Amino acid sequence: MSGLDPRVYDALARLPDYLGSHVLVSVSALALGLAVSLPLAILSIRRPFLRNALLAFVSTVQTIPGLALLALFYPLLLGLSALTGKLFGTGFSALGFLPAVLALALYSMLPVVRNTVTGILGIDPAVNEAALGVGMTRRQSLTMVELPLALPVIMAGIRTAAVWVIGTATLATPVGQTSLGNYIFTGLQTQNWIFVLFGCVAAAVLALAVDQLLSLVERGVSARRRGLVWLGAAGLVLILAASLWPSYVRPQATYIIGAKTFTEQYILEALIEERLRAAGLASRRRDGLGSTIIFDALKAGDIDLYVDYSGTLWTTQMKRTESKPREEVLAELKEWLAGQRIEMLGALGFENAYALAMSRKKAEALGIRSIADLARAAPRLSIAGDYEFFARPEWKALQAAYGLSFRAQRLVQPEFMYQAAANGEVDVISAYTSEGRIAQYDLVVLDDPAHAIPPYDAILLLAPGRVSDDKLVAALAPLVGAIDVKLMREANLRANGQGGDSSPEAIARWMWDKIGQKGN
Amino acid sequence: MPRAPIIELDDVSKTYGDARALDRVTLAVGTGEFLAVVGPSGSGKTTLLRLINRLAEPTSGHVRVQNEDVRLADPPALRRRIGYVFQGIGLFPHLTVAENVAITPRLIGRSREKRAARADELLQLVRLDPAQYRDRFPAALSGGERQRVGVARALAAEPKIVLMDEPFGALDALNRDAIGSDYRALHASLGLTSVMITHDLTEAVLLADRVVVVHQGRLIEEGTPRQLMTAPKAAYVRELIETPRRQAARLGALLKGGGP
Repeated sequence: MSGLDPRVYDALARLPDYLGSHVLVSVSALALGLAVSLPLAILSIRRPFLRNALLAFVSTVQTIPGLALLALFYPLLLGLSALTGKLFGTGFSALGFLPAVLALALYSMLPVVRNTVTGILGIDPAVNEAALGVGMTRRQSLTMVELPLALPVIMAGIRTAAVWVIGTATLATPVGQTSLGNYIFTGLQTQNWIFVLFGCVAAAVLALAVDQLLSLVERGVSARRRGLVWLGAAGLVLILAASLWPSYVRPQATYIIGAKTFTEQYILEALIEERLRAAGLASRRRDGLGSTIIFDALKAGDIDLYVDYSGTLWTTQMKRTESKPREEVLAELKEWLAGQRIEMLGALGFENAYALAMSRKKAEALGIRSIADLARAAPRLSIAGDYEFFARPEWKALQAAYGLSFRAQRLVQPEFMYQAAANGEVDVISAYTSEGRIAQYDLVVLDDPAHAIPPYDAILLLAPGRVSDDKLVAALAPLVGAIDVKLMREANLRANGQGGDSSPEAIARWMWDKIGQKGN
Repeated sequence: MPRAPIIELDDVSKTYGDARALDRVTLAVGTGEFLAVVGPSGSGKTTLLRLINRLAEPTSGHVRVQNEDVRLADPPALRRRIGYVFQGIGLFPHLTVAENVAITPRLIGRSREKRAARADELLQLVRLDPAQYRDRFPAALSGGERQRVGVARALAAEPKIVLMDEPFGALDALNRDAIGSDYRALHASLGLTSVMITHDLTEAVLLADRVVVVHQGRLIEEGTPRQLMTAPKAAYVRELIETPRRQAARLGALLKGGGP
């Protein structure tokens, strides 16, 4: 055992939390899905119009990618919560559990509805006729004949739904629902392949186990073997109990720290958590939140604090198109945020700006130093960006300021972009200025003489009402202005390493040491 | 002396879209009578049977059972007091023989013990050993055994009327004869009124008290087996009896020792 990678122990330590949340959200979604699908399917069987409409609806839902479906539920619920807040004076949390359960329940409907309809319609009409002939009412025919005969087909649908829901629940992480997907998303961001593998295997094992236990129950019911039914049911209950027990005994967290989906955010989240713990405050993480979801979540109080970047809010929330100096952007932003009842506690000290970068060798060969130089060579070059970049105002501002037009334009996972630029797969990438890989791969960040891209100071934001929480503010105060870009780059670079000291927690402790040294 | 009618069809027609399944049929079945309805497939004979327990509704005309217009009756309640033997199998494949037999008693709320006793009693009545058969599933039975279970199920709730749709059609000759005469005996001993649908005139004249012939939705002939065999009126019926008559003559000759 001593030879095992420390990341395996890290992964195991998180298992009770991730697995418990995963099982809870999957079971709730499946229960809700069944409670809706079965009655609807049964109701629609003798009504061809309703049946076709229902099947068309659930099939359409299935064509929406799981991640998109989950993401769509967040703004929907947020609007609904605002509405109930207005109507009844009380809203609800639109983040995490609720959108995940609703989206997954929708996702589970197709196999259940289709198999129930197919199973019941597939029964020999002579048997249906016999059921009526011996004097059964429609309801008796359904419960005593049609459902028992269709049971194997219906159960096959339920098993498919269970496997789908358990698998898709890994995608609930970006809407703030902790799941086994946290391993996968965190692992992808920090290039921790052991985490990615661990998450995939855990979800697969869970899905297989549930599928086999459900199959046991089904065989028991069909063959009238009570023992099998009890065995299967006991297995399911055992999984449920074992998964939910840890979260039942865990103390309730007071503060929820949010983080977006990249390494720097995980490190800062861990750093904040560490500070709160040192101050005796309990906290919980909401990892891997989408960039727009996270701001709404803070505004709604679903999370209590997180780190954002001034330029991001300047362009996406304030809808500003012009660029201004660093201090002015911060001042205007603070005032605007106050209007949203959000407190900007302060800037951490470094910028993580969008920038264009390319390999030093290629830049020198082409004589490119600034984006203005790049514009001339661009028609012969290719550019890669993260999933947001080409849709962001910064890109439009760059295009407008320099007249950029590339030969080809691609979307790439941020972690892979730097390497792609280094080995020449793409010529130019959208880089982050605090990214450690810039130095690691010997890339150069191109100057922006026209100041098309606004400044991106990392800023600590508190949810409405939290600013009056003195203990919280005091615990966070030492972080304000304490992290320069050199420290953050090195921290980010450490996260790319392998081994135990590349975990966000280890890096957070290392950073705090550094901050402490500087303070003294 | 004419028996009091227990089932009456009064000028009944049934159409499915443009197709006329039954055309102005008037028919009375006397209490205790064994009536056979004979006709080719598509003649409307099954529709006629289904109208009696409201598995189908007449387009026009009236159906009365035990002097009550069936339209006033609750269909499930009506069907529970009329036994029905289905064409083909009609047993519930997921229920045991005993559960199949006792299904109607279950629907009318008989206790588990009473149902088990009744199932055994009925299995004995149709000559199946309860100990051997009660816990089997229909798939594990032969065709003849299934049809005996079907008859037992029809009799389970002590009906006064039994409707049978081609009950013995799928059986081999020996089984058919044995189950047919067993049923005829039950009909008499239990005081039933039976209506049997068949396409086989021989079976009809051998089992029934009275035979009616349906052709293209119309009732074209009715009478006792003897009347039908000796003095058929309709041309179709004359054609229909030709085969059994020729067979009977040949068999008679063989039995007397004539022929090769």
